[in-house]
Amino acid sequence: MRLNCPLCGPRDRREFYYVGSEDYLNRPAPDARADAWDDMLYLRTNPAGETKDLWYHETGCGSWLLVTRSTTTHEILSTERIADRKGAK
Amino acid sequence: MRYSGFNVITQGLFGNKGWKPAWRDAAPKAEYDAVIIGGGGHGLATAYYLAKNHGLTKVAVLEKGYLGSGNIGRNTTIVRANYFMPGNSEFYSHSLKLWESLESELNYNVMHSQRGQVVLFHSDGQRDTAVRRGNAIVNQGDDAELLTVDQLRHEFPYLDYAQTRFPIYGGLMQRRAGTARHDAVAWGYARGADQRGVDLIQNCEVTGIDIENGVVKGVQTTRGPIRAKKVGMLAAGRSGQVAALAGLRLPIESHVLQAFVTEGLKPVIDSVISFGMGHFYISQSDKGGLVFGGDIDMYASYAARGNLPMVEHVMEAGMTLMPMIGRAKVLRSWGGIMDMTPDGSPIIDKTPIDGLFVDAGWNYGGFKATPASGWCMAHLMATGQSHDVARRFRLDRFRTGHVMDEEGTGSQHNLH
Repeated sequence: MRLNCPLCGPRDRREFYYVGSEDYLNRPAPDARADAWDDMLYLRTNPAGETKDLWYHETGCGSWLLVTRSTTTHEILSTERIADRKGAK
Repeated sequence: MRYSGFNVITQGLFGNKGWKPAWRDAAPKAEYDAVIIGGGGHGLATAYYLAKNHGLTKVAVLEKGYLGSGNIGRNTTIVRANYFMPGNSEFYSHSLKLWESLESELNYNVMHSQRGQVVLFHSDGQRDTAVRRGNAIVNQGDDAELLTVDQLRHEFPYLDYAQTRFPIYGGLMQRRAGTARHDAVAWGYARGADQRGVDLIQNCEVTGIDIENGVVKGVQTTRGPIRAKKVGMLAAGRSGQVAALAGLRLPIESHVLQAFVTEGLKPVIDSVISFGMGHFYISQSDKGGLVFGGDIDMYASYAARGNLPMVEHVMEAGMTLMPMIGRAKVLRSWGGIMDMTPDGSPIIDKTPIDGLFVDAGWNYGGFKATPASGWCMAHLMATGQSHDVARRFRLDRFRTGHVMDEEGTGSQHNLH
């Protein structure tokens, strides 16, 4: 499996660290109820098919990536730097 | 038909023509008291204990493929009870006791072999942890034995003790641990459930769960609608999709775990050996194949096959631990779909929907749990109360903070 890093080009899966589902991007307000934190940290839609998840280019450029891929075929559909997304902090 | 040595001999004398199918190929009825979604080990065990322990016989097991076609049909068959956290400890202890009487209970040869499992340690800190774990296991009432390097050398002379990276300091042995024939466990429970009147319905995929005013009413399937007062979801790696039919999100992410089998060899590895530092464990099947595996591939997947980096890693770890296996040829490998929870412990609980129950999140340790999982899920579905040894396997424990992180590795789904 190779991921296409927007900065480094196609790289071996071993250069990347898998963090988890895109739910981690939906960080609730600090005073949000436990349910909201539960949604972000633990509960998962866990789709069989297209999914979006977070990867870190650990031994490359250090970018955090949002990867769109298939959980049933391992095909990588697109990669995007999280820093490049609209409204990224 | 009751299986016995006498039976085998008489059948042999008459050309083995008298054997009957071990269970009926049932067609779905319109209504049941309880429906089990998932005809794997846990689902079949649940159905068996619903009938046996609780007298519920209007029960159906719905399986989208054939019985035992999921992780019970492909795993590394290890049975052990070496947990120390309250909640896990008593549960796996209960499971091991059920294993020890399973064959006479089911009148079925599941080839349960208590050949022992040793977990190696490689530093003073790990030794301390092993001592603590061993004491916890002994306090629980099970067996644990700390082996020195000399004792290990006597039993396992082929390990590479002097390796520079992870020299072996000793091991924690559980003699009552071992292996079992995985398929036979599913078949034994299926046969036992069928004999008690449970309908085992294959090629029947659940496509919807009927809920009215927060109460479950039945399921929609590819073989028609089925009404049910109680529905249990035991879909292992596919739990996310089944729960979605009821509008639920579970604290589960499905990952791929690879395992490998070599060609058959003469008996060489007596026990199960776990090499934690290399994420590697190995045993030898009764057919002679070395059965071994490592860690999950670390990313969400339903592909039922893994990637090469983990293959390489597992082979490297095996060669580090026991260079003698270097000439063995790997015959095949497979990737199973693991229902990973954020703390590595399972869920046996009610859901917010009345009459709908869930038994899932077994990570890659579901095989050894099969008897107790069925026992406790049946108890929960029949009585509405959690069984005493499964009372901490709560669905909402992540929200409430009562996590059970046995390995202490953190809260991501892929870390266990």
